[in-house]
Amino acid sequence: MSLPPLRTIDFHAWPDAHGRFGEYGGSYVAETLMAPLAELRDAYESLSADPGFLAELDRDLKHYVGRPSPIYHAERLSRHIGGARILLKREDLNHTGAHKINNTIGQALVARHMGKRRVIAETGAGQHGVATATVAARFGMRCVVYMGAVDIERQKINVYRMKLLGAEVVPVTSGSKTLKDALNEAMRDWVTHVADTFYIIGTVAGPHPYPKMVRDFNAIVGREARGQMLEQYGRLPDALTACVGGGSNAIGLFYAFLNDADVRIVGAEAAGEGIATGHHAASLAAGRPGVLHGNRTYVLCDDNGQITETHSVSAGLDYPGVGPEHAFLKDAGRAEYVGITDDEALEAFHLLARTEGILAALESSHAVAQAMKLARELPKDGLVLCNLSGRGDKDVHTIAAREGVVV
Amino acid sequence: MSRIDRRFATLKGTGRTGLIPFVTAGDPSPAHMVALMHALVDAGADLIELGVPFSEPMADGPVIQHASERAIAKGVGLNEVLGWVAAFRRRDADTPIVLMGYLNPVEIHGYARFADEAVMAGVDGVLLVDCPLEESAVLQPLRDAGLQQILLAAPTTAPVRMAQLCESAAGFLYYVSFAGITGAAQLSTSDIATRVAAVRARANAPVAVGFGIRDAASAVAIGGFADAVVIGSALVERLSGATDEAEIAGRARDFLRPIRVALDAH
Repeated sequence: MSLPPLRTIDFHAWPDAHGRFGEYGGSYVAETLMAPLAELRDAYESLSADPGFLAELDRDLKHYVGRPSPIYHAERLSRHIGGARILLKREDLNHTGAHKINNTIGQALVARHMGKRRVIAETGAGQHGVATATVAARFGMRCVVYMGAVDIERQKINVYRMKLLGAEVVPVTSGSKTLKDALNEAMRDWVTHVADTFYIIGTVAGPHPYPKMVRDFNAIVGREARGQMLEQYGRLPDALTACVGGGSNAIGLFYAFLNDADVRIVGAEAAGEGIATGHHAASLAAGRPGVLHGNRTYVLCDDNGQITETHSVSAGLDYPGVGPEHAFLKDAGRAEYVGITDDEALEAFHLLARTEGILAALESSHAVAQAMKLARELPKDGLVLCNLSGRGDKDVHTIAAREGVVV
Repeated sequence: MSRIDRRFATLKGTGRTGLIPFVTAGDPSPAHMVALMHALVDAGADLIELGVPFSEPMADGPVIQHASERAIAKGVGLNEVLGWVAAFRRRDADTPIVLMGYLNPVEIHGYARFADEAVMAGVDGVLLVDCPLEESAVLQPLRDAGLQQILLAAPTTAPVRMAQLCESAAGFLYYVSFAGITGAAQLSTSDIATRVAAVRARANAPVAVGFGIRDAASAVAIGGFADAVVIGSALVERLSGATDEAEIAGRARDFLRPIRVALDAH
């Protein structure tokens, strides 16, 4: 498909009525899911235009999540790099410590309006599971979280946190025992219990309307940031960056800026041990168009179409697909997607910790690493806005183990 | 008239209920796959559904997922599956074959290339679980080549969509007997009977009912009001672990024959 010049595309006009972002997105699901998805689409369309619902959401974002999150100028980090100013959008300061709650609070409200009393979720790093368990407790709903057995081992603290919040955590032992397998299992639960159950998907993937709905709930990040930039710096940033697994924090930051053609947009995918090694999770940088988990997007698969196992030091980026809107932005040339290796992310983690006193999540450390690269390319008066999507407390055991430290 | 249409016309003419076994291609043994297919026909299969293994079988239960994982671990992909269909066709020109699976393997293979190769091998239809009618434009090369796209309908399907599915049905319409995954147990027969009767009255093709049929008794209960019954997980479970050709063929025959006999007696 040949696309028109960038400045003539209205990036806020997507997806279309079928949930398609150009040739990506859509609803590639079994017949049994068509009716529940239609019910959800209709409910979401009416709620997202309902001032009462939006006011309710705003109230919880302000008083429960703690929004707005600040933009912080990481001065010592910027000086250490010696290039442009690095600004951090502090989503790590949200209640539960990551951007994920922007979405779960929104979906839980939709579930409540639809009369569903049970919510289910899949989780990789555990952040989305915690964010779902949190809002389920907040709204008095039953909560079941599916999590790969490997991830449960990697993220014990988050598993316990979910249990403290009253959620049931179900280990998934099929396939590679990670996020994609948890997603399969959650989808099965939904198909079987669709009458009373709402499936809270944690990223901008899945069938329509999820990529749109999850984006809309996370777009608060970019809307706020765009206003804060104009207010505090009198202009928009030169470049934006965020880490991309499924891509929810990234689209959350990017969306408000998509039609600002002068703002460069760079997504940082998990290059793991290096893209050339094959041990990575860089679907956009190294994958190809395919169909996975209900949508057409870039996927990592072999020549038989089998989805391949991914690797990243961060469980939250360890996913073989990516949100369809990112696939669309890549093909349109509006955003670039590059790989950051495990080592680069860890280096950024340590540098941010020591220069700014901020422990970033390993996921977000990929974005910090990319922000450092962009800052080096830009002049000193340049502005790089980086989404610090989550805090790193959950990762200290992983980092200690990797670096041979006994805690 | 396609091979599937001819087969259902014959069934109707003789007043029999069609028996459609599902097996995962390459499980339990890639080496004995063709022998397994012939054994299914010997035991009374009217049409064979061959599952193309996929790493993310979202609509399947654990039994078929594990069978897919085993087949994938043995390197089974579309090329192998098409090879087995071609080999099967050398001895059986009449039994229709439907490939059942998910879209990504076909997408990655290439739609036009798949269409040519599948027709050449002797495939008659495809049932791509995650490709509903709304997304079926990509399958045009398959339809152009003469492959029938088998559509799914479910108890949750809304009336307007059901009308579209009945209108677009080709080969047969696969009615999912309840809103669940393959291999689950619950089944309310009288409820299904009412719904299937309504679908059969409107569909442009025969209606096969699947999901949750495990043995002769459940097959007969469903077969009383369907054009055909599909049996998948219970058969895959029975075959699992068999290694040599005689054992695989024997288990397939022992499982399917009583069901055939029971269906024909009612």
